[in-house]
Amino acid sequence: MSSLPEMPCRELVEVITDYLEDALPADDRARFEAHLHECGPCRDYVEQFREVIAASGRLAPEDVPPETRDELARAFRAWSQGP
Amino acid sequence: MAALCTATPPVYARPVWETVATDEQRLLAALRDRDEAAFMDVVARWRKAMLNVARAHVSTPASAEEVVQDTWLAVLQGIDRFEGRSALRTWVFRILVNHAKTRGVRERRTVPFSSLAREEAEGDEPSVDPSRFLDAGHPQWPHHWNTFDGCGPRAWPEARLLEREALRVLQRAIDALPPAQRAVITLRDVEGFPAEEVCVLLGLSDGNQRVLLHRARSKVRAALEAVLP
Repeated sequence: MSSLPEMPCRELVEVITDYLEDALPADDRARFEAHLHECGPCRDYVEQFREVIAASGRLAPEDVPPETRDELARAFRAWSQGP
Repeated sequence: MAALCTATPPVYARPVWETVATDEQRLLAALRDRDEAAFMDVVARWRKAMLNVARAHVSTPASAEEVVQDTWLAVLQGIDRFEGRSALRTWVFRILVNHAKTRGVRERRTVPFSSLAREEAEGDEPSVDPSRFLDAGHPQWPHHWNTFDGCGPRAWPEARLLEREALRVLQRAIDALPPAQRAVITLRDVEGFPAEEVCVLLGLSDGNQRVLLHRARSKVRAALEAVLP
């Protein structure tokens, strides 16, 4: 049985990024993991957080507007044929 | 055990760092081989990150667009001076930040990025609507999810987030963030920059970078929760 005070849900949702970035002090890390072990809703919440991070990495690149693209292509050609 | 070394590796999703290395190598090769298509491809792939960094420093989306364009022109002109002491991406983004800062000063933007970032990281900004938790005086579960009133989070259906409509909501939620939070989440989660690179690039402390990232992620999660069953 741990002697550390419990980390309530409301505190846990504030430190997930610190946890994921390995920036939580050891005591808080232990409290975080102990709470998660006991709390289904917080497990779901952390899982949603991870899903959001993963999905962000899957977003499509933004289209380059045609004028911007043309201007850059002209500059590239001038550069590549340059002195 | 030699067979292990020649076996076909299992197919996993490409890790972010591998994509980064590939973009970097593609850009170097494009410049070395004068390969226009490959160059334009990297321009497109880095566009979102570059625009968001620029927008955090200048007044309007149109100026941000010009800053990004000027950066690429400067990259072409200066590439012969690139000595490979830093990664090419770092070099490109450093040029971008310098252009954006100069432009911000010229536009006499009242709020420089540093104060913007501080403001967005300061103060109390709960990650979750406080009314979803039981209050501090609850005899058994103070500050726990109020699951009695159905206020707890519920797991999302598998892979639902990868559907096109959900990804659209995700992008819109990122676009709606305040500029510093938007720049940080775009660099970190969308483009896969490591934390240290983002701190250096934007002049943020580790702590503030994490606060901005966490606030951004929390808002985006809430936006998705509002549309997912």
